[in-house]
Amino acid sequence: MTSDDAVRSHRPAKPADSRPAGPALAPGTVSVRGLTKTFGAVTAVDDLSFDVLPGRVTGFLGPNGAGKTTTLRMLLGLATPTSGTATISGRAYADIPDPLREVGAALEATSFHPGRTGLDHLRTYAPYAGADDTRCHQLLEQVGLGAAGRRRVGGYSLGMRQRLALATTLLGSPRVLLLDEPSNGLDPEGIRWLRGFLRHLAAQGMTVLVSSHMLSEVQQSVDDVVIIAGGRLVHASSMAELSALASPRVAVTSPDGPALDRLAAEHRWHVSSRSADGTTLEVDHVSTAQVGAAAFAAEVELHGLLDKTDSLEDLFLRLVQPTTSGAAA
Amino acid sequence: MNVALRSEYRKFVTTRLWWVLLLVMAAYMAFIGIFLGWSIGAGTAGLAVEGSSPGADLASPDSVRSSVYGTAAAFGYVFPVIIGALSMTGEYRHQTITPTFLASPSRTRVLVAKMIAALPIGVVYGAVATLATVGGGAAGLALGGSATLLGDTQTWTLVARSVLALTVWAPLGVALGSILTNQVLAIIVILVYTQFLEAVLRLGLTQVGDVGASIASYLPGAAGEAITGGSVFSSAGIADVLPWGAGLAVLAGYALVLAAVGSLTTLRRDVS
Repeated sequence: MTSDDAVRSHRPAKPADSRPAGPALAPGTVSVRGLTKTFGAVTAVDDLSFDVLPGRVTGFLGPNGAGKTTTLRMLLGLATPTSGTATISGRAYADIPDPLREVGAALEATSFHPGRTGLDHLRTYAPYAGADDTRCHQLLEQVGLGAAGRRRVGGYSLGMRQRLALATTLLGSPRVLLLDEPSNGLDPEGIRWLRGFLRHLAAQGMTVLVSSHMLSEVQQSVDDVVIIAGGRLVHASSMAELSALASPRVAVTSPDGPALDRLAAEHRWHVSSRSADGTTLEVDHVSTAQVGAAAFAAEVELHGLLDKTDSLEDLFLRLVQPTTSGAAA
Repeated sequence: MNVALRSEYRKFVTTRLWWVLLLVMAAYMAFIGIFLGWSIGAGTAGLAVEGSSPGADLASPDSVRSSVYGTAAAFGYVFPVIIGALSMTGEYRHQTITPTFLASPSRTRVLVAKMIAALPIGVVYGAVATLATVGGGAAGLALGGSATLLGDTQTWTLVARSVLALTVWAPLGVALGSILTNQVLAIIVILVYTQFLEAVLRLGLTQVGDVGASIASYLPGAAGEAITGGSVFSSAGIADVLPWGAGLAVLAGYALVLAAVGSLTTLRRDVS
């Protein structure tokens, strides 16, 4: 799949689709168009385009160094794009009058002064968000830091810092939430809590974008995925469409190669690869049961029948591998 | 701007730095005050008895006043500069600059808010530094057997101007920090300049002649001293000082120029 294909196929209208209909730039929509960032000779983000919709949790995925953080930094006005645009509700971040009331963003769990308490960290940014001390206390409770709020952040675990970062993003009750690797450092219980929390926020209509370098980390909790590798978009769709890409695949081996070929032709199987001696075929979109039954009916001797269906993780790795990403479509 | 000011004020007061540095400064300035008061007090007491012409100048109340009580602004200004600079460099060091610029995409607004918020901090630092110096200096003068001059109006005028000078140094430090965002580098530059380079420059320029001497009087440290009306440097004839109003304008000018440079260069860069 090329990036252009991915962009076009990003939001196909489907009857079963639960995504809200309406204009492309509904309030809360994050929109990236032709975004490019070069550092000297290195192109960190390369002509990237995608949308993130309100009311959904979107996974922003890619291996380390794929350009996720650079993309988020440009989206947030912290870095200037070399070309292209990145907007939230149709506006560049710098043009949003009270940005904390529109967008909550956490880029790393290290953006704290170690000598400041968790509560004081919130109080430091509260004026910009129009939040009072009561709201700060509430948020600490909400992220499970109620008791730790009066302790200095220097003594916090990474998981506690993640929770404090999340609380900071929520100060202004924003419509859009952008979180960079928010589950880093969270224990399994914390990850589970975070999933539920983000689902809850999306259910209230918020736009939630969560970056991660692991599909497995977010696959249970996201509605949509945007996958980038090497700064380029490799896939953008709903999670369900991504799963559908992992269609069944079978490797079948017989001593009688020509018989296998006849079988494949008869059943109009999509043969994706064929061994040099013709004794092993890889067949897409069929199950081992189908191939086994067909071979049995045609009296073709089988020496091997392997389920080669991609796991989601395999699929993800295949998508982000620079050499094979083009084969995904 | 109001919300930015409240945010910056909270940043100042929610870490321990401001009062730790304040205590260090108070102790340091009191010590210098005692030392200078005692040595000058003892020295001039002897000279006054002799009544000879070379000592008469150094022993005059004006000279003693600026040499002892003027020290707060002459030596102590490094502290408000550092507390100001750290308000900027600390944000880069602890990466809180990211949430700060997320809250205020206008980086110039952040810089201006920090400079304004540094003014009350500067007043506190200026008052504590000056009072510590005057307290230590008066004790030292008394120990040295000299008059403390605390009853003179001029002494309290000097105290007020010293607080004013030190107040201006705090936003100047913020502006400097907006250019040198690396905290360690900023502190080194501040220490080297204030404790060494400025004095060397002033001495060197004064040797060059009248032009050099008048250039020297426009150096930031000299401008700060001018606000208080001179110090041990000018009393010792090392440098001339500007009128106090001109000194104030020059020092404020340095702060504004540094802020403009920081705003147009370092603050424009990508935050990583």
